[in-house]
Amino acid sequence: MAETLDEPTRVQKRNFFAALELDTRLLGMIGAFIVLCLVFNVLTDGRFLTPRNIFNLTIQTVSVAIMATGMVFVIVTRNIDLSVGSLLATCSAIMAMTQTLIMPQWLGLGLEHPAIAPVAILVGLLSGMIIGAFHGWLIGYLTIPAFIVTLGGLFVWRNVAWHLTGGQTIGPLDQNFQLFGGINGTLGETWSWVFGALAVVASLYGLMSARRAKVRHDFPVKPMWAELTIGGIITAAILGFIWTLNSYQIPTRRLERMFEARGEVMPEGFTTGYGLPISVLVLIVVAIVMTVVAQRTRLGRYIFAFGGNPEAAQLSGIRTRALTVRVFMIVGALCAISAVVASARQTFHSNDIGTLDELRVIAAAVIGGTALAGGVGTIYGAILGALIMQSLQSGMAMVGVDAPYQNIVVGIVLVLAVYIDILYRKRTGS
Amino acid sequence: MTEIDRTGTPLIEMRNMAKAFGGIRAVDDVTVNLFPGEVVGVLGHNGAGKSVLMKMLSGALPRDSGDIYVNGQLAEIDNPRDARNYQIETIYQYLALADNLDAASNLFLGRELVTPMGLVDDAQMEAETRKIMGRLTPNFRRFNTPVAGLSGGQRQSVAISRAVYFNAKILIMDEPTAALGVEETRMVAELIDELKKQGIGIFLIDHDIHQVKALCDRASVMKNGKLVGTVEVDKVTEDDLLGMIILGKKPEHLAA
Ligand SMILES: Nc1ncnc2c1ncn2[C@@H]1O[C@H](COP(=O)(O)OP(=O)(O)OP(=O)(O)O)[C@@H](O)[C@H]1O
Ligand SMILES: [Mg+2]
Repeated sequence: MAETLDEPTRVQKRNFFAALELDTRLLGMIGAFIVLCLVFNVLTDGRFLTPRNIFNLTIQTVSVAIMATGMVFVIVTRNIDLSVGSLLATCSAIMAMTQTLIMPQWLGLGLEHPAIAPVAILVGLLSGMIIGAFHGWLIGYLTIPAFIVTLGGLFVWRNVAWHLTGGQTIGPLDQNFQLFGGINGTLGETWSWVFGALAVVASLYGLMSARRAKVRHDFPVKPMWAELTIGGIITAAILGFIWTLNSYQIPTRRLERMFEARGEVMPEGFTTGYGLPISVLVLIVVAIVMTVVAQRTRLGRYIFAFGGNPEAAQLSGIRTRALTVRVFMIVGALCAISAVVASARQTFHSNDIGTLDELRVIAAAVIGGTALAGGVGTIYGAILGALIMQSLQSGMAMVGVDAPYQNIVVGIVLVLAVYIDILYRKRTGS
Repeated sequence: MTEIDRTGTPLIEMRNMAKAFGGIRAVDDVTVNLFPGEVVGVLGHNGAGKSVLMKMLSGALPRDSGDIYVNGQLAEIDNPRDARNYQIETIYQYLALADNLDAASNLFLGRELVTPMGLVDDAQMEAETRKIMGRLTPNFRRFNTPVAGLSGGQRQSVAISRAVYFNAKILIMDEPTAALGVEETRMVAELIDELKKQGIGIFLIDHDIHQVKALCDRASVMKNGKLVGTVEVDKVTEDDLLGMIILGKKPEHLAA
């Protein structure tokens, strides 16, 4: 009896999720992430899910997450990049030297000149792209395996960074440059809300125009209530995130100093939140651009086609060697962006910056569902993967697990995540 | 079968084509041609060099020597893009599809339709795919799944649709019906007849002598990389063709 009653509801439930047409893998990851957060929240007596910790978690995730979006392209094209951490260090060193030595002294602009931060970032981006393209050329045109080229790169660029700085720690970095580091550069409450509102409008518009394109071609569409549900969830998620970041209050002493710097006196009892860090904004922009590239451009289509069947891609007239160069050039650019965020967060360049990041980045992409066999992977998955890894590590640190044990757990989780993914794919037959 | 006019310039002429892999002469001084509206069967035992010969025409393999003429003009075909520019489309023996992409993405691979902003127009491509595939496999519904999940025949229809959609003038079909069921094979046969009527020239590689007799106007037979000969299929028996394939001998009444 119980069974006959249960069955229909179960079917209905499945219909409910089916109607939403959500990526079940994504749901699984989000579910795992939420469980993880709740468990840590209990273990830390509610310290894990405070605005302050969520704020810290997001800014700690940014650097790895940015590179992980590029690693998706690399792995999708059946390659690997072991050099991202070292490349980050070289880009960071180049930018540090540009802003502390080359521009202020050699060019005589002096410290804190407004041109310093933009020029330094530009120089870093160019360096990253050139080095990445060089890797891609070695791999695509000289057909040296990516594993070898980037393993070599891992040694070379880490030590090129050391050479460029003479092994010194370089800092403090330019004030404007430091805005990209996280806590030293946030949008503040008002602009965070403005950004949140714009993001909501843009996502709802995206949902609507996708639906309209389907209707125009007479393709089947989701029921309207499903569309509205998804829109509602997205809206709540965006605004909830902004609200959380806005709730992290800037300490009074720091506020007083900010008012002083502007030559004003802080009104009695004034408080305000940090809001959205600029580094997180950078990650969001990177995520959007990379997703558009992956899903809506020819380049992205060719990246996935090549991963699915390199021969088919070539027979279809795709310039596959140039494609490899472009993929690694994109990774190089992303390493440079991560270098901006990572060095700005420390407020200086150090020799060990980005050490072991290659492994974190690969792990994030793989936990996020990128298949090493190629052809499969998503940008949002990789970012979520990075977030899960960082949460795991921060959570354990807060609980008081020693670093060596943290690494043991992270390693096990990586292997387990891939195994669960294999089981999942077997079951869904995808 | 209607008579083919072979007095004009051929659509395709491959002269003295040669390709060796290490010591193996996969294709050795082969000359074949193809006229508008004609189906030329390319026959031979396994490893005879049929696929290699056709891959040189489709730009998938560089040739060691030989010239390709398209409509009497010497053609530069060094890669698949060049071949496509001459409106040469190929359906490969080992289905050249990206398994992880859906039918529309495969059909338009390398020639995506784009919006005015330069982004790929998936909806438009899917609509076109539905139209063109409706002709070949009316029951096909799985437009949004990766082609890995399709049957051999459905995958083959994607490959054939691709060639048809882009207005091939010259079509190379390397064992197109090897993976197909009876019904689908019949549809491909019908399609070949229809394309013939439109003046398209087709090279058809096929091991089924019966089918060759039914679909082709002429047959070029290869053995160990060499051309045994080209015959009009109406003037030979199935046994004659088999003799050419196995013994490498032209039938006596045509040998002179
Ligand atoms: N890429 C390659 N590298 C080396 N040898 C090759 C290559 N492609 C083909 N060959 C060789 O060239 C010869 C002709 O091969 P081809 O594929 O043209 O045969 P085929 O006539 O198409 O045979 P089948 O009927 O089995 O498809 C064979 O001996 C094969 O081993
Ligand atoms: Mg063959």
